Amino acid sequence: MLESRAIAAEPLIRVENVSKHFPVTRGLLVMRTTGQVKAVDGISFTIGRQETLGLVGESGCGKTTTSRLLLRLERPSAGRVLLDGRDVHALTGAALREYHTRVQAVFQDPWSSLNPRLRIRDTIAEALVVNRRVSKAGRLERVEEVLHQVGLPLGAGGRYPHEFSGGQRQRIALASALASYPELIVLDEPVSALDVSIRAQIMNLLKDLQARQKLSYLLVAHNLATVRYIAHRTAVMYLGRIVEHADTESVYRNPLHPYTKALFAAALPADPDAPRDDLILSGEVPSPIDPPSGCHFHPRCPFALEQCSRVDPVLRAITSDHAVACHLY
Amino acid sequence: MASPGRVVLEVRDLHAYLYTRWGVVRAVDGVSFALREGETLGLVGESGCGKTMTALSVLRLMPEPAGRIVQGQVLLEGEDLVTKSESEMRRVRGRRISMILQDPQTSLNPVFTVGSQIVEALRMRYADGVDALRRLAEEALRRVKVAAPAERLRAFPHQMSGGMKQRVVGAIAVAGEPRVLIADEPTTALDVTIQLQYLVLLKEIQARTRLAMLFITHDFGIVARMCDRVAVMYAGRIVETGPTRALFRAPRHPYTAALMASVPRMEASVERLPSIEGQPPLLHHMPVGCRFAPRCSYVDDRCRREYPPVVPIGPAHEASCWRVEPSPPSR
Amino acid sequence: MSTEASSRGDLARLPWISFSIIVVLVVAAVFAPLLAPHSPTEQSLPDKLRPPAWQEGGSMKHLLGTDVLGRDVLSRLVYGARVSLTVAAVALIAGGGVGLALGILAGYTGGRVDNFIMRVVDATLTFPTILIALLLAVSLGQGLGTIAIAITVIIWARFARIVRGEVLSVKTRDFVALARVHGCSHLRIMAVHIVPNVLNTFMVLLTLHIGFVVIVEATLSFLGAGIPPPTPSWGQMVSDGRSHIASAWWLSVVPGGAIMLVVLVFNLFGDWLRDWLDPRLRQV
Repeated sequence: MLESRAIAAEPLIRVENVSKHFPVTRGLLVMRTTGQVKAVDGISFTIGRQETLGLVGESGCGKTTTSRLLLRLERPSAGRVLLDGRDVHALTGAALREYHTRVQAVFQDPWSSLNPRLRIRDTIAEALVVNRRVSKAGRLERVEEVLHQVGLPLGAGGRYPHEFSGGQRQRIALASALASYPELIVLDEPVSALDVSIRAQIMNLLKDLQARQKLSYLLVAHNLATVRYIAHRTAVMYLGRIVEHADTESVYRNPLHPYTKALFAAALPADPDAPRDDLILSGEVPSPIDPPSGCHFHPRCPFALEQCSRVDPVLRAITSDHAVACHLY
Repeated sequence: MASPGRVVLEVRDLHAYLYTRWGVVRAVDGVSFALREGETLGLVGESGCGKTMTALSVLRLMPEPAGRIVQGQVLLEGEDLVTKSESEMRRVRGRRISMILQDPQTSLNPVFTVGSQIVEALRMRYADGVDALRRLAEEALRRVKVAAPAERLRAFPHQMSGGMKQRVVGAIAVAGEPRVLIADEPTTALDVTIQLQYLVLLKEIQARTRLAMLFITHDFGIVARMCDRVAVMYAGRIVETGPTRALFRAPRHPYTAALMASVPRMEASVERLPSIEGQPPLLHHMPVGCRFAPRCSYVDDRCRREYPPVVPIGPAHEASCWRVEPSPPSR
Repeated sequence: MSTEASSRGDLARLPWISFSIIVVLVVAAVFAPLLAPHSPTEQSLPDKLRPPAWQEGGSMKHLLGTDVLGRDVLSRLVYGARVSLTVAAVALIAGGGVGLALGILAGYTGGRVDNFIMRVVDATLTFPTILIALLLAVSLGQGLGTIAIAITVIIWARFARIVRGEVLSVKTRDFVALARVHGCSHLRIMAVHIVPNVLNTFMVLLTLHIGFVVIVEATLSFLGAGIPPPTPSWGQMVSDGRSHIASAWWLSVVPGGAIMLVVLVFNLFGDWLRDWLDPRLRQV
């Protein structure tokens, strides 16, 4: 497995062989479990301090479930998520409260992520109120501090969400994630719901905050250009598994897995003269209820070998910082 | 790319406003463009810039009763659609101009089979019997590359994936053999690999039928791939139009240039993106002069006072900006 | 920002007529002893069956005429408003409160708790309203309390069902997931993040049900299972006037008209409230 760039003894986050299976049930009166959706199927990665890991893949690949496992919004069916070496799903009491201040999140839709009935300052202070015994004055001071950090006027605190535009709301969401001095922020499609001219503002803000506040990010995104701009390392997921994982530059310069190649080829460069080596995949992503045997990608893979339908390829390091799960390598 | 044919759709100085209880929203405020046979024109802009309203006004489908076309002409093969009656418009929609919307989920009626919805669309064009129409429907599905079309006709929308549904929407849109197809962000809801399949399919249909396509998007990657010409909209007006290549090589309006520069690239790593500060104006509180002036880095007093004229800058390339120097006609 | 302009615009749309009538009704109910020209129970046989003032034989002494026992109809109407609105207030506070609490519990918890509560709701809603009320009235004895209990028992289920639906949709919004990320307890999520977001719907529901409660109360009184005489109640008055409808129309028509008016104005007011509270209609 690939280690994070940071040389620190223990990475901030270590995900060990984590799976999440959802039962599929049928029947009106008597519920029967007829199958398992293997949303996440035995993945491992680490996130170092001040590092951004980008998780890319198409809808249904398990990237959002992975982020929810890190946030304790889902319990893993198998495996562990470790924060500083401690299993986050086994935390209780004070340790759990501490976890809630250290790990925060920003979601895709800024229209849905702010409680319309709360003033901005109350939304931002929520994590402080719940987890830390901070005086009211201390809370207000912190709210003003983070509002300033995300580039909003101080007066914003007393207003309600509907008075703000999408870009401003995403800044507020970020401020509320920052308030409790977190170390890791899970960013689930943080800019894809925003207007094109606003996206760069938010992406630059994310980069600045990372440098200033020493943050780590888990960036879940389907836009490959966004990931290249923000992430230090990139993991590509397909049907619940990581198929390729490397330093971002290395993945983008030299994609190895056929799926990664196809994914990159399908992304359209903003250049009418860009070469079109279309590797158009046939068919669509199969159902995760009954994924194909062996390598999940083999039915759509133009380079499939005979063994691909039988043997699961393991994620293996090809070079010191580039791992791929494919029988071709 | 297709050789330019005759002009099929021409929009002249179109003004379409929404009369809401908070004031008049000037959603489309003086838009002109022409669309030729076999050509794809990209209409690019951010949400709220009026690109969707432009498309809806062309079809006279502005939200009732707030929306109204207050000025301008929409000429379809020389006929003005603005003055047509509602029943005349019904014969235009679907037969001569079709539209594909962003969300295939809401474009199809969940309680009818895919087959009956395609047959319904075909019935507007052909007066054949049901059996003949079903054969045509099967053919229509085959043309949008849906596997096993005969079985798919009996399927309900929820039994299909998003990409498949959008193909069905495409089949319905071209079933009446329209001359103009308006595609409003048709691939936004699709995954990247499915998006590419769909775009390639649209190109194939266009090559076969010489459709004129108005492609509405905010994605420069799609524009680069799909469009022959581009019109960039900002706050209800087109600020720059030009052939795709020229516009990508040398965007002349500061908004176009800044917007293009602020999009991260898949194929190159950059340390820091230049970003446009501020946000687009509210459409019922428009600045007096150039609408981009409050966010423009080259702004001067004249920009704040007066809206700039359209300046020709190259073959079929023009921009509305005081800073742009007109180039002498090339021919 | 245009919020100021929009709230001013919305206030202008306030249904002033409905609103004034509601104010008049509430004032009448609260200050009935001060406003009513006569005692509602005082009988005066010489004055019996006087028509309203504008009809021949009517007098300014009894503006809306008198009934069979010579009691002043206007005074009875004013005191009747007291009964109607008291029943409505008690039943809606109790029934609405229970419905709100159970609806939130069912919607937020989901699973078995949700299933159980919703089956009880279904069962409650399948009983004919009036039948339950009649049974209760018979077993508990007539009175204002009985009517309030009967209506509460009927009405909570309607609130629970709609509140639950609303909670289910609020629950999927991202700010609820973020509250969990922040470490909020379930109680806090319900109190701070869910309840304030279903309160609008709840208020509208309350207003729209005032009319319903007034009708149920009137029906019960009309059937004789309501407030025992001589306390005036609108339903009772309609019932009493029934046998004289040909000779003394005002005995039934006046209270009947009052019931209709109350239902109408509260529904109009509720419609306005729904639009006014809907942020989608308020912001640009």
